[in-house]
Order: sequence, then structure tokens, then C-alpha cells
Amino acid sequence: MTVTGIGAPVRRKEDQRFITGQGRYVDDFNRPGQAYAYFLRSPHAHAAIRSIDTGPAKSMPGVIAVFTGDDLAADKIGGLICGWMIHSKDGSPMKAGPHPALAQGKVRYVGDHVAVVIAETLAQAKDAAEAIVVDYEVLPAVVDTAQAAKASVQVHDVSPDNTVFNWHLGNKDETEAAFARAKHVTTIDLVNNRLVPNAIEPRAALGEYDSGTDTYTLYTTSQNPHVARLVLSAFIGVAPEHKLRVIAPDVGGGFGSKIFIYAEETVCVWAAKKVKRPVKWTADRSEAFLSDAHGRDHVTHAEMATDENGRIIGLRVHTIANLGAYLSTFSSSVPTYLYAPLLSGQYDIPAIYCEVDAVYTNTAPVDAYRGAGRPEATFVLERLVEKTARELGQDPAEFRRRNYITQFPHATPVIMTYDTGDYAASLDKALEIADYKNFPARKQESARRGKLRGIGFSSYIEACGIAPSQAVGSLGAGVGLWESAEVRVNPTGSVEVLTGSHSHGQGHETTFAQLVSDRLGIPIDQVSIVHGDTDKVQFGMGTYGSRSGAVGMSAIAKALDKVIAKGKKVAAHVLEASEGDIEFKDGRFGVAGTDRSLAFGEVALQAYVAHKFSGQDLEPGLKEGAFYDPTNFTFPAGVHICEVEIDPETGVTRIERWTAVDDFGVLINPMIVEGQVHGGIAQGVGQALLEGAVYDQSGQLVTASFNDYCMPRAIDLPSFQIDMTVTPCPSNPLGIKGCGEAGAIAAPPAVINAITDALGHEDIAMPATPQAVWRAAQKARMPMAAE
Amino acid sequence: MYAFEYHRPTSVSEAAKLVGQTEDVKFLAGGHTLLPTMKLRLAGPAHLIDLGQVAELCGIERSGDTLTIGAMTKHTEVANSPEVRAAIPALAELAELIGDPHVRNRGTIGGSIANNDPSADYPAACLALDATIVTDRRTIAADDFFQGIFTTALDEGEIITKVSFRAPAQGAYAKFRNPASRYALVGVFVAQYADGVRVAVTGAGSNGVFRATAMEEALSRNFAPEALDGVSVPETEMNSDIHADAAYRAHLVGVMARRTVQAAAARG
Repeated sequence: MTVTGIGAPVRRKEDQRFITGQGRYVDDFNRPGQAYAYFLRSPHAHAAIRSIDTGPAKSMPGVIAVFTGDDLAADKIGGLICGWMIHSKDGSPMKAGPHPALAQGKVRYVGDHVAVVIAETLAQAKDAAEAIVVDYEVLPAVVDTAQAAKASVQVHDVSPDNTVFNWHLGNKDETEAAFARAKHVTTIDLVNNRLVPNAIEPRAALGEYDSGTDTYTLYTTSQNPHVARLVLSAFIGVAPEHKLRVIAPDVGGGFGSKIFIYAEETVCVWAAKKVKRPVKWTADRSEAFLSDAHGRDHVTHAEMATDENGRIIGLRVHTIANLGAYLSTFSSSVPTYLYAPLLSGQYDIPAIYCEVDAVYTNTAPVDAYRGAGRPEATFVLERLVEKTARELGQDPAEFRRRNYITQFPHATPVIMTYDTGDYAASLDKALEIADYKNFPARKQESARRGKLRGIGFSSYIEACGIAPSQAVGSLGAGVGLWESAEVRVNPTGSVEVLTGSHSHGQGHETTFAQLVSDRLGIPIDQVSIVHGDTDKVQFGMGTYGSRSGAVGMSAIAKALDKVIAKGKKVAAHVLEASEGDIEFKDGRFGVAGTDRSLAFGEVALQAYVAHKFSGQDLEPGLKEGAFYDPTNFTFPAGVHICEVEIDPETGVTRIERWTAVDDFGVLINPMIVEGQVHGGIAQGVGQALLEGAVYDQSGQLVTASFNDYCMPRAIDLPSFQIDMTVTPCPSNPLGIKGCGEAGAIAAPPAVINAITDALGHEDIAMPATPQAVWRAAQKARMPMAAE
Repeated sequence: MYAFEYHRPTSVSEAAKLVGQTEDVKFLAGGHTLLPTMKLRLAGPAHLIDLGQVAELCGIERSGDTLTIGAMTKHTEVANSPEVRAAIPALAELAELIGDPHVRNRGTIGGSIANNDPSADYPAACLALDATIVTDRRTIAADDFFQGIFTTALDEGEIITKVSFRAPAQGAYAKFRNPASRYALVGVFVAQYADGVRVAVTGAGSNGVFRATAMEEALSRNFAPEALDGVSVPETEMNSDIHADAAYRAHLVGVMARRTVQAAAARG
């Protein structure tokens, strides 16, 4: 390992500009003649629009235009799409209701887009929006996930029972048989609470139209600018793909919420041509709460069957997933193929059957949020495993160990084939670091102070590096999930890497450069990472699902191999040796068995000056591209142990210890990986203890600001004890598994398992706020009174 | 934010004169409630009178058992004031618990009291410390000043100039924070005087800050946590929201009151 190569904890190159205010985010871009868009949003969760009078608004000072859904329809601008087709058990396709960028006849959630005002200033646009007269016929709303299918309220005409699909996965008959012969069955009912993503940078869009070239440019907060361009052109029809440039510059966090193609960017691009002015929109935090796609929101009943030896023989899960008022871009995949295939966890479970009913409600659309389906699956499984162990009177760690998969590859009954792993190794290490054997003494010591101490485990697995295109295509994906890379070597020997991955906090400018440095033997400051611009990067599928390392870097590795191969040809000509005798090592091309060699930069120069070979023998230049399509998902896994102390008087839960032992395969930059683990745990703890989006019965978002929606703070978290085990991933050339979501996946069940351990009963929901824990502690202390 | 006219007087009399000349006026102190409300377009005063340059509204003075704090004195200044620390350490501690450093460096005692947010900290201090609120027109006893959520005895255009507190023999403040906003879900200020104990509760009451008279009587008899056993505040008078219902708030008032007495006694 070199100081900047693979495995080195290199400080992030991009941080200098971020922490000195030099980052350039969408809102930092301003174009000549720019106007401002403000969206009039529905104050009602569900209403028919009888009429919209934009007349008074249009005559207000500074107003350039006011548009409604009718204007988009007149220009044949299509609705927003959901790019993953799910079929119900009966073979019928999912019921996708229309999703116009600006409402047509109806609004379906508070924050739904009714009209847009474009004005000289934002204040003028807001003033004019207040002058738009909308005649609403307010309709009753449905907000409750579990009740949506039975509600008399109908969100979309295409779906009379508010059901998007009734989907299933697994082997039903074998599962029934397993339960029939089970010695013990454990059941659990769970709610996976709805979350608001809350990236630090709110969404923004700046659309521009050049009438001279008939081309459009969109600056947008996107995790996947090429996919945005594809959807905006091929499906929504705003502009032809080759006439639309999408730029996603520095982006301040996404957590999934910036994967999707939203109404606002659609309208900004379209309107830029209509008003012949660049049009900018930047969400304020209130708009982010209302209209960013939310995450999670599952209601689940699950059962686990065990035999007389304490082995898990069957798992049966029924989940109702709330997808909100409209199907967001990848919403249908989250509670299906990103969820049920993870239900086997780290365990050898021969029979699994999962049913998922997806429903519409009058709430913001729900889509992928850090982990996307995998946290939901892990919460179900790890809560159920913990409860089963307790009911069987077994140590939760040993119960897990007994059921771990130990032979690889391992095919689960729910699609996945795990390639490698050593789950017991992570458990052993975690137990050691957590000082598990002395937990009883610590519990006693807490009890002496009147406090309740508990310990909770989470043995999670996830599927990352999404994903083999053929596989996801067969499951309904509308796109392939490969990645592309181009390595441009300059005549001076410096290197530009163009990647289809997108960095919005991950540190790609550092980690990707480390790979190049490692492979080409050049310093990382000789490497630039270029991303986020469809005019520069040929194509890319973007960053989500912890895929940038496993898939994005694999594409770069493939392109680097080609660069080295071409370099050898150049070197052979210059060194007058045969190509087969050229070796590339430590940044030098040398003739085997001799001391004759050329530095990488010298070969680069020779490739461009092309003096030493003829064009017939070899093409000049040194630039190679590659597309990499993975052969399997990757399967990061690990064990997290959470130890809490509860003050039963107030219900306050303090996390006293956190142990995380993760297997992410090969690490490129362990410092960045640790940062990802820290952030992921913080988000998972947020879900478990603090965060929860609450709609009232009329469909108003009660938690629409940070005054009521509680984000995790440093004071809510302990200092994490983090360690790793490593089983290199066999399915990609770098051995990477991915680390971006692990913490958010592992943490919630670890916290709740610890709290239920402390309380001595299972009856606590997320978020386990002080009030909820106090009430649960009352119940624990006074079982008679509670009954 | 709607457009408004901005005024920056340098004296109380100038500020009062501006009020007389204009309508639809708001005073700007620390701005922590007013400015977000204006940004959300929930308030749109035609005139904003910024009191930030009125030097006579700032400062802390001690005279015997009376501690007087100018209305525009910032939370940080109260928290770090040797006079406050010496006379009423609990008041300095309360100021130190308000918001975060940004808030404490902008927020003012006068702004907090005039706004009478039901989960603000200072109203509890005013009630428990038998404060007198001095305005440009009169003096008002704290017991008469707070008249329900966001409602005070202040008349239109009346300016708080300072607040005088009576130093107790012992006192303490304990706050249970709203997990999200960090405002007081329940805050209890206990102050022991020769003529009895005063207990003020913020955050919990459905009608804003209040004195817990049953607790005052119990603690006047015996200033010890166990004196509060069996003494509670009525659930029916507690606020209820997604963070804490009335029963939990009533329970927390008891817990915080006991912890406050314990802390006061421990200080001696």
C-alpha cells in the first residue's frame, strides 16, 4: 500500500473547498437574465380543482408568466414516471395513476404542485402565487397505511382499492409446511416509521434554453444526471436527449431523495423555453419536508418458525407499504425487490414467503431512502430473531450463530445467491469489543442507580452494488444498472477520469483518485475526477445503493487496464522491444530482464506525439473507456451491538455503547468508510429514537419543520467502536462490497432490541421517544396496572 | 418575507415616538420568533423597529437582593455575568440552557418575555423569582404580566426596558427538552424565599407559564424532594402534542420539580 493507494486513509481532496465555502451547488449558479420560479402548492391533502384563476397573479409586478397543468398538457409534456414495473400475484401490472408535473383536476397531497409563477424576483413570484385563485372542492383524505386499502376514499381512478399491487416472493407451499411442523412460532407486528430525508442542501433546479442552438441546460440536485436526462427526454418529452445537457454539480447530500425526477426540474426546463429566460427554483426547507420523496412507511406482520433444535425453518411476512399519492421514480422497487430478497439475512432459512401490498395514500410520495428496502427487511428479521431467541430462552448472540449461513455460495429462497462472508467472525469480534460477558454486571450497576440497561444485536446483511442489468431487467427495472468510465491520459501524464457515478458527499474525488494512483503509480494530485455533467461524461447510472465503489470503480479499473495495455504497446515501440516483453510496475513500463524503462508520463507523451510508431501500427493517444456490468449483487454484512440505559422516570434512552463490526470487502479508504458508518448509524439511530413523519387524519404534515421533526444530534450518539472483518467480494475486480448504507440498515433493530431488552417486553415502536419509552417502562414496572 | 419599513432608533424615547407615528408595528429584539415567522409569511408587519442600537436597554445591575437586567441584554451576557452568578446562579444557568450558542448570542431577555412563548425559559424565571417587569410606561409584577400563550399585560407599542428579580435563598431550574426543537417540554424553576417557596412551570401548561401552588405549599413546609410525593399538577391543565401528551407532561413536572429541589438543596 502506498500513501495514496488502495487502503490508505487519504484525507478527502474535496473537503478543502466544501469547508471553506468554495463548493458550487445548484443555487450558486446564476445565469444572465435569470428569473425565479415559485410553486403554488396544495394546502389540502385531497381536493378536486374546480377552477384556477391566474389572471390577477399575471398582472402583478415582476410577473413573467403563470403556468398550470393545462399549459404543460397543451405542450404535450408527459407526466412523471415510475421506472420499475411490478406485477401482482395474479400477473396484472401495477396500477400507476397519472402523475402530472402540475396538477390536472385534482391534488393528492399537501405540497402537490398546483401552478408555477415565474417572476423577476422570488419575492414577486411568491406575492403573485398568493393572488392565484384556486377553487378547491376539498375531499376526505386517506393517510393511514394499514387502512388505505379498506378506505372509502379513492386516491386514483385506476386503483379503486388504493392498491398499487399485491406482490409476493418466495416459496409459499414450503413455508406453509415449515410452519406446520414447527416446534415454536414467534410472531411480531411492526411499523417501520416514515422518514423525511433532509439532505442539508434542499433540492434546486435551474433551466436554461439557447434558442440559437435549440438546446437546453438543466442544473439540478441529482444523484444521477444521465438518468434524469433520459427520463426528461424519452418519457416526459421536455427536450430531445441530445439537445438536453444535465449538470449535477456539487450536491449536498441525497440519501436517495435526489435519485428521482421531480416536477420542479421538469417545469424549470420547459418554462425556460416558454419565457425565453433561465428559470431557477430552490426549495426552502418547508418545501423539502412536504415534497421530497419520503422513506420507509411499512406496516408488517411477520412470523418465524423454529424446530426443536432452535433452528429457523421458516419465515412468513406480510407487509403493507405506503407509496404515497403518486409512484415516484423507483418507488415500486423499494418494498419489493430491494426488500423481500433480504429477508433471509445472515441465516440459513430454507423456506421464506413474503407478501407485499403497496398502497396509495394522500401523503407525499415514498421512495428510496438510505438503505431502501433493506433497512425495512433487516428491521423485520432482526426484531423477529431477537424475539424468537428470547421466547426460546436462548442467548441472542448464540441463537444467531446457530442459524448463520456458513457455506458459500449460498442460494436463499428469495432470489439472492450470497457469494462470500464470515458472519461468525464478525460476531466474535463484536462480542469481544462490546465486552458482552460483563454486560450483566453493567446492568446490575445501572439497576442500583434506578436505571434500566439493555443490549441489542443486529446481524444485518444487505445487497449492494446494484446490479447485474440482466437480473434487474428480468425483475422489472426499466434501465440497466452497469456503470461507465473513461480514463483520459493527458500528454503530460496527468489523468482525468470521467465517471457515471455521482458524488454528493461520498468522497469520490479522493477514493477514485486513489484507485488511479494505485494502478498507474502516479500521485493523486495528478488525477482529476469528472462527474455530474452529461456533456462531459458519456453515460452513467449514478450513485445510490452503495454502487459507486463496486460498480463505478470497477468500470474505472477496467478502463485503467485498457490504458495500461495501450501503454505497453506504446512503450514497446519506444523501447524497441516486443509488446510481450513489456511489464508495467510501480508506474514504469519496462522491458523484462533489462534496466530499460519509461515512466508512465513519458509513455503518455510518446502516445500523443506519436513519433515512434506509425499510424498503421498503432493509434495515437491514450484514452480508454469501459462499461462494467456486475455479475452479482455484493453482500456487505456485519454485527452491530447497541447498549442503552433508560431513565424510567423520564423515559430518556441514552446509548451508552455502540459496537460495529462490518465486512465491506476490500476498503479503498478506511477513513471515508468509517465516516460512512458513523453517518449511517446516526441516521439509523435517528429512525429508532427520534425521527418520524406524522400526518394528521386530514393529511396535514404535522412534522413539517425541525421544530417537530427530530434529527439526530451529536449529543444523541456515543463514540462508536468500529472494526472490520474482510472477505473480499469475488464478483468484482476490486473485491469491494460497499458501505454507504450499512449503518442505517443495521442500527434501528439494534436500538430497539436493546430497549426491549431493558424494558423486559417487546411493546415499543419507532421512534422510541422519551414519552413512548416512559409509557412502556410504566407497563414493564406495573404489569397488573397496565392490564 | 413581505416588504417592511425598517427603523433603528437609538433611545427608548425615539422608539416610543416611532410607535406613535406608525401603525402595524413590531419591535425586533433577538428576532428568533419574529424573523422566522416573517420569513414564512405568517407575519408581515409594515414597520419593524429594531431595538438593537438602544444602549440604555442593555446591562446588568445588582442592588442588595435585587438584580436588574436590561431588556436587550443577551442570554450569553446573563449566563456569563458575575453579578448574576453571585446573586441568582440558577438564572445564569437557565440562560446558559437556552437554545444554542447562536441563539444565546442574539436572543434577549426582553424579547423572550414579551413574546411569552409557552415553552420559553425566562417566563418561568420571572414567575419563580417574583420579578418586576419595567416598561417605558409602568412597572408590572410578573404574576400579572403573563396572561396565557403569547399573551402579556403589555399594551400595543409598550416597550419592556428592564426586568428586576428578587434573589432567593436557594433556587434552581431544570428543563426537559423537546427532543426536536430543544425548547422546554417541561421547565421548572424553584426559588426559596424567607416568606415561602415559589415554583414556576413552563412548557407544560395549556395556558402557558404558571405557578404550581400545591408544590409551593408543600415545599414551603419542607424544602426537600420527598415533600413533593403525592403532589402533582392537574393533567387537565397540561398541553398535549405529538411529543408529549398531558399525562406525560404532568408526570415530568413532578420529576423535574423534585430534581430542581434536589439541585437547589445541593447548591446550599
